[in-house]
Amino acid sequence: MKANCWYGKQDMRVVDVPDPKILNKKDAIVKVSSAAICGSELHLYNGFVPTMEQGDVMGHEFMGEIVEIGPEVKQRRVGDRVVVAFPISCGQCFFCKKELYSLCENTNPNAWMAEKFFGHSPAGIYGYSHLTGGFAGGQAEYVRVPFADVGTIKIENGFSDEQVLFLSDIFPTGYMAAEQCNIQPGDTVAIWGCGPVGQFAIRSAFLLGAERVIAIDRFPARLQMARDGGADTIDYEETDVYDTLMQLTGGRGPDSCMDAVGLEAHMPGLLYYYDRIKQAMMSESDRPIALRQAIMACRNGGTVSIPGVYGGLIDKMPMGAVMNKALTIKTGQTHCQRYLKPLLDRIAHGDVDPSFVVTHRMKLAEAPQGFDMFNRKQDGCIKIVMTP
Amino acid sequence: MARRSLKRTARRTAHGARDKAQAAVSRKGGRIMASHANGEALCPGSSRNGSLSQEKMWAYGLGLFGIGLGLAELMVPRRLARMIGAPPRHDGLIRAMGLREIASGVGILTQGSSATAVWSRVAGDAMDLACLGAAFMSNRSHRGRVALATAAVSGATLLDMITAQQLSRGIETRNGCISLTVALVIDRPQQGLYRHWRELTNLPTFMKHLVRIEIQDDRRSHWVAKGPAGSTVEWDAEIIEDRPNEYIAWRSIEGSQVDHAGSVRFEPASGGRGTIVTVEMEYRPPLGTVGAAVAAWFGEDPNQTVKMDLRRFKQMMETGEVITTEGQPAGRAESTSRK
Ligand SMILES: NC(=O)c1ccc[n+]([C@@H]2O[C@H](COP(=O)([O-])OP(=O)(O)OC[C@H]3O[C@@H](n4cnc5c(N)ncnc54)[C@H](O)[C@@H]3O)[C@@H](O)[C@H]2O)c1
Repeated sequence: MKANCWYGKQDMRVVDVPDPKILNKKDAIVKVSSAAICGSELHLYNGFVPTMEQGDVMGHEFMGEIVEIGPEVKQRRVGDRVVVAFPISCGQCFFCKKELYSLCENTNPNAWMAEKFFGHSPAGIYGYSHLTGGFAGGQAEYVRVPFADVGTIKIENGFSDEQVLFLSDIFPTGYMAAEQCNIQPGDTVAIWGCGPVGQFAIRSAFLLGAERVIAIDRFPARLQMARDGGADTIDYEETDVYDTLMQLTGGRGPDSCMDAVGLEAHMPGLLYYYDRIKQAMMSESDRPIALRQAIMACRNGGTVSIPGVYGGLIDKMPMGAVMNKALTIKTGQTHCQRYLKPLLDRIAHGDVDPSFVVTHRMKLAEAPQGFDMFNRKQDGCIKIVMTP
Repeated sequence: MARRSLKRTARRTAHGARDKAQAAVSRKGGRIMASHANGEALCPGSSRNGSLSQEKMWAYGLGLFGIGLGLAELMVPRRLARMIGAPPRHDGLIRAMGLREIASGVGILTQGSSATAVWSRVAGDAMDLACLGAAFMSNRSHRGRVALATAAVSGATLLDMITAQQLSRGIETRNGCISLTVALVIDRPQQGLYRHWRELTNLPTFMKHLVRIEIQDDRRSHWVAKGPAGSTVEWDAEIIEDRPNEYIAWRSIEGSQVDHAGSVRFEPASGGRGTIVTVEMEYRPPLGTVGAAVAAWFGEDPNQTVKMDLRRFKQMMETGEVITTEGQPAGRAESTSRK
């Protein structure tokens, strides 16, 4: 079959690889009908995540039809149309039982590697480096889905792929990030980053009762999409973000601040080069520019929610602000399985139509060009969906 | 609960010699190590948490030696220079070398014999050797004495290197033993976990270095493990303690090819959160190829290796099987993930 594989920094290739097989009794094989490119994959694309190996199959946002099941798959059948959650979770361990699916203790065969980096290991993730298990991903014609009963949601007819595909990651991610903001009536939520995650976070914040959402980015198309979702926007290249937020909130600051940017944040000015140089010299692995701003701008006693991905060490973390302003910090890889059903219900109910985020459609064979375009945010590119 | 700890205390007293080592472990339970029928422990006095490993002792020794030498270099540089046959009038350099020795030594003593601290000694040794080399070239030095001094420093360098290497690989032996303790919480009741483990033939399904275990009778079993180049290493073992649902201890029969003892304890985790499974293992690797095989089983990081075994046990007990990525597609020749 054809699969989009990683071969090095900014080097993706669609190549022929063997078809996946059932390897564990609870596996299913899914014939992929749609797969998207995620912002998280840009961190792999740009070489910021260690333990990638040449030939790793990419992709953790995908859906399709089950064509084969292992002997212990009980709730899915061949022929089911499913969306697959990006973390791989057993459904049986301490964390899965608490619905903290992205922390599953049993799905990362390379847990020891992650322990070296983080002290403990998160769950396995498709196509997301060997630190999270080295599982082959879904930017392929077929993909193996371990623990298929836990990790998939069955889609009845009536929805297009683009309406439900993002249940696999970014809709739950934006939703969980908004949930973590602990939104109270009248609250203002500020969101750094108007990529796909930011876009879903904006809509979710309103769904969860935010009175006002202020979204921050620099790309006109992204800011426009944020405004379409009801947010006020700040172009951080035009104005000072902190000052503007204080003006908009009467000096108190937003009740919650969200970093939907992650470790590759960009910023005009000197501090950006400070972090880039430190990153290049390997004395800091992540650039926490948006995170620093979010912490500084957040009101006293407020919440900072971090869906943006960090992989290692950051520098100049304003811990004094966190402590003295009594902030709450909430973060994590999304416990995607927890949101599959409730968010599918929201879609069915017409609360959100996730297809709004799609700006580009292409064939799997064009994945390398897609990565390049999404990485450079060219051509108003916000979300790419690929079909076989 | 109270009864269990009483039992344990009784047992611990029976092994009085080890009480001191155990005192350092403030964990509930402490260490109960397997012993021969005659009561002699495989690795007497060894406790991973309690006593110092040989590697750490060496490191301390080297640290102390360094401080002594450093003080001499600092206080009587001229006498020392004469002793090693170095040319005179290099007091400043020798004092600097002394300071370096002391710094490394203090580093080792204060950082609990960390590998980095010992590596700093290796770096210092290299500098010393470079200086001695320069001295040897100088025609104002006593070449015979310099050669002797160089031999002595080379010896120390070798010791430093071996010690640092072992410490960075996480290998710590006690009285010639590899010993380790690993614990993992499993979200299942004690009974099932105990039963699965007590069926010794199950062990090779999650312990990577074992090929198979054959049961001989209620207590005796025959163990077959991977040897070098496709061969096997075999020994007989007996269960020396068996408390249903709580504890199993085994060890190799006296005179076996591999001297091995192990135990597993199943204790309820607080708040009904399953069972804490604690595995302790000791191997006394023999010399030669079998010894090399034993070393290879545990690789760079013996604790990590056994933890992976235990994690596979957990996966089996919680999910019914061991999750794998071996055999999945990838755009490269062999498509497995690293293990
Ligand atoms: N927690 C999770 O489980 C999870 C899941 C999916 C994605 N993510 C992470 O969320 C983050 C965003 O994902 P995405 O798909 O939207 O990626 P993306 O790259 O499309 O979006 C990031 C956006 O942040 C903007 N940005 C950069 N620097 C900024 C700054 N200083 N201030 C404000 N905006 C700035 C960029 O212009 C871009 O529009 C990534 O780090 C991704 O890895 C996390």
